Amino acid sequence: MAIAPARVPERGIPEWTGFDGLVQLISVDGQRTVGCPYWELVADVGADQLRDLYTDMVVVRRIDVESMALQRQGELALWAPLLGQEAAQVGSARALRPDDFVFPSYREHGVAYCRGVDPVDMLRLWRGSALSGWDPAVFGLATPAIIVGSQALHATGYALGIMLDGATSAAVAYFGDGASSEGDVAEAFGFAASFTVPVVFVCQNNQWAISEPVRLQSHGTIAQRGQGYGIPAIAVDGNDVLAVLAATRLALARASAGEGPTLIEAVTYRMGPHTTSDDPTRYRSRDEEEEWRVKDPLVRLRALLRAEGLADDGFEDSVTAAADEVAARLRRGCLALPDPPPDALFDHVYAGPHPLIEEERDAYAAYVSTFDS
Amino acid sequence: MSLGQALNAGLRQAMERDPKVVLMGEDIGKLGGVFRVTEGLQRDFGDRRVIDTPLAESGVVGTAVGLAMRGYRPVCEIQFDGFVYPAFDQIVSQVAKLRHRNEGRVAMPLTIRVPYGGGIGAVEHHSESPEVYFAHTAGLRVVTPSNAADGHRMIQQAVACDDPVVFFEPKRRYWERGEVDEGLATTVAPLHQARVVVEGTDATIAAYGPMVATALEAARIGLQEGTSIEVIDLRSLSPVDFETIEASVRKTGRLVVAHEASVFCGLGAEIAARVSEHCFYHLESPVRRVGGLATPYPPSRLERHYLPDADRMLHEVDRCLQA
Ligand SMILES: Cc1ncc(C[n+]2csc(CCOP(=O)(O)OP(=O)(O)O)c2C)c(N)n1
Ligand SMILES: [Mg+2]
Repeated sequence: MAIAPARVPERGIPEWTGFDGLVQLISVDGQRTVGCPYWELVADVGADQLRDLYTDMVVVRRIDVESMALQRQGELALWAPLLGQEAAQVGSARALRPDDFVFPSYREHGVAYCRGVDPVDMLRLWRGSALSGWDPAVFGLATPAIIVGSQALHATGYALGIMLDGATSAAVAYFGDGASSEGDVAEAFGFAASFTVPVVFVCQNNQWAISEPVRLQSHGTIAQRGQGYGIPAIAVDGNDVLAVLAATRLALARASAGEGPTLIEAVTYRMGPHTTSDDPTRYRSRDEEEEWRVKDPLVRLRALLRAEGLADDGFEDSVTAAADEVAARLRRGCLALPDPPPDALFDHVYAGPHPLIEEERDAYAAYVSTFDS
Repeated sequence: MSLGQALNAGLRQAMERDPKVVLMGEDIGKLGGVFRVTEGLQRDFGDRRVIDTPLAESGVVGTAVGLAMRGYRPVCEIQFDGFVYPAFDQIVSQVAKLRHRNEGRVAMPLTIRVPYGGGIGAVEHHSESPEVYFAHTAGLRVVTPSNAADGHRMIQQAVACDDPVVFFEPKRRYWERGEVDEGLATTVAPLHQARVVVEGTDATIAAYGPMVATALEAARIGLQEGTSIEVIDLRSLSPVDFETIEASVRKTGRLVVAHEASVFCGLGAEIAARVSEHCFYHLESPVRRVGGLATPYPPSRLERHYLPDADRMLHEVDRCLQA
């Protein structure tokens, strides 16, 4: 999607207290909201771009569904589904510029997709074939952080480097509501504010950290946490792809203009289990899940497209076909992923040869050869 | 019952015995922990004694320090081995040293439970063996049960202990079943006593936690091949019950130490040094070690190459016998 470079609105971050304090451009029933100052940040998003955003979200959900199925069939060791968070991920990732650099958590498959990562490569980690799936420098995307919150500091340091270089790009950290309790995230906020570095913190508040509701992490909102550090924050309806796009554009524009960090709280919902190992029936109610089902981000954008005559059956069929094609490729690619050779154990532990590694490499080869004879 | 259930039963008894015992950790309440070790405890003891904490390991252990100073006996759960490091500073700089720093006027009766080790096909940071970092730290006791009966007894002893105990649970053995006598007094064996699991005459394998079952398998195969292997379950990594190890070595003359953790600077190094000092004239061969490689824990499709199995243990036994 071609994105007009966002400017920082003259009055900085617009005051917004509507819609329960959330920036929202598309209402739950698929209507354009009126009066929200964030509209000006997406003024260039026309019919084609809206359709593209919808296509992205459908494809990303299809990748997620296929990966869940692959795990259930024993082809993946684990999968962390993003179901319900498509708008938060696609909306924010589509605001990014090629030279921005992203530090994701383990759930950001939609962000990885938008950065151009081959979905098959995303599965390497989850299949247990490798510890990473792509070259971070090629996609401007770090290997997903499994240690919750650690990546917020990495993004802050990367942003410090951008600033020292005099560049205008930004670093972006994705993390969850649970992660906001980790010391690393608190320290990242402190460093980012102190140094005024070009970093965007995107917290997807999906209401849950495994079995713990967000209220266990914080009695205020996540966005309010920015205030104490002097970091401007935007609370956005995370199931509204346009609102997330607008908020991220604004944050990136602030970063590039030298105005420092921004915290975005994208309020969304983890519609699935934490991972394929989890059983949400032990800790949350069907009623709650139903409450959020009506706010499904795809349903909302589809309703808008339909209401405005931007999508018909033919369009939807073509989107479904495209998504199915991606899924079929993903399945074929997953099954064809090779197991790494045992010798790969010893690779890349150090930059160059290391006596202990070489000794063990040789000893292991000799040991394995005793089984041949 | 399974090891997981035995730990659950032991925690329940510890909580019934002492109202100052409180459990804290991530997802330990309604969910019962990701391994269900605390299943049903919040339901039965309430959320003031089984406390779901915010997602922060330094927070879990650091607040437990304050609770302990207030007279409580906290049992912290770290969700997986790889997540203990954010709490490392609190454990090493505070938990381990507070008694000493305060000249004995402050007690730290904490138990820090850590599921550890590989073999469950997990993603990165979920299969680590960090026990030696803690065994190396003065002021901490470090133990690990290998089976349900020991788990049931040792968790109660750890909770009752007036020193901080880092309690490593071999996660791949959580589902393995064994006889547990819930009425058995916890005084049947001291917390730090090792156990000769199988007697033998040709060589000794000293193992702990997840590797004990593997060592027993090696002993069974060894017997078929005509080698009589004695297997010791260390149970405790700090202090180490050297008496039991040395008695065995004086009998068999050969020792292999096995652990999942990397061999380099692992517990096997300490045991080999001690045994060389104390049993030099009884040794028929150098002490040998078998363990994880000097590499980070690999992706799960390679873990079988990283983890010692019975074959690798027997390979080392053979080298002792050939020496
Ligand atoms: C340091 C650390 N502690 C604990 C975990 C185990 N863990 C993995 S995800 C998770 C919950 C994270 O919740 P949140 O930050 O809200 O992200 P979400 O999973 O909802 O996307 C926990 C406790 C971990 N990976 N790293
Ligand atoms: Mg969450």
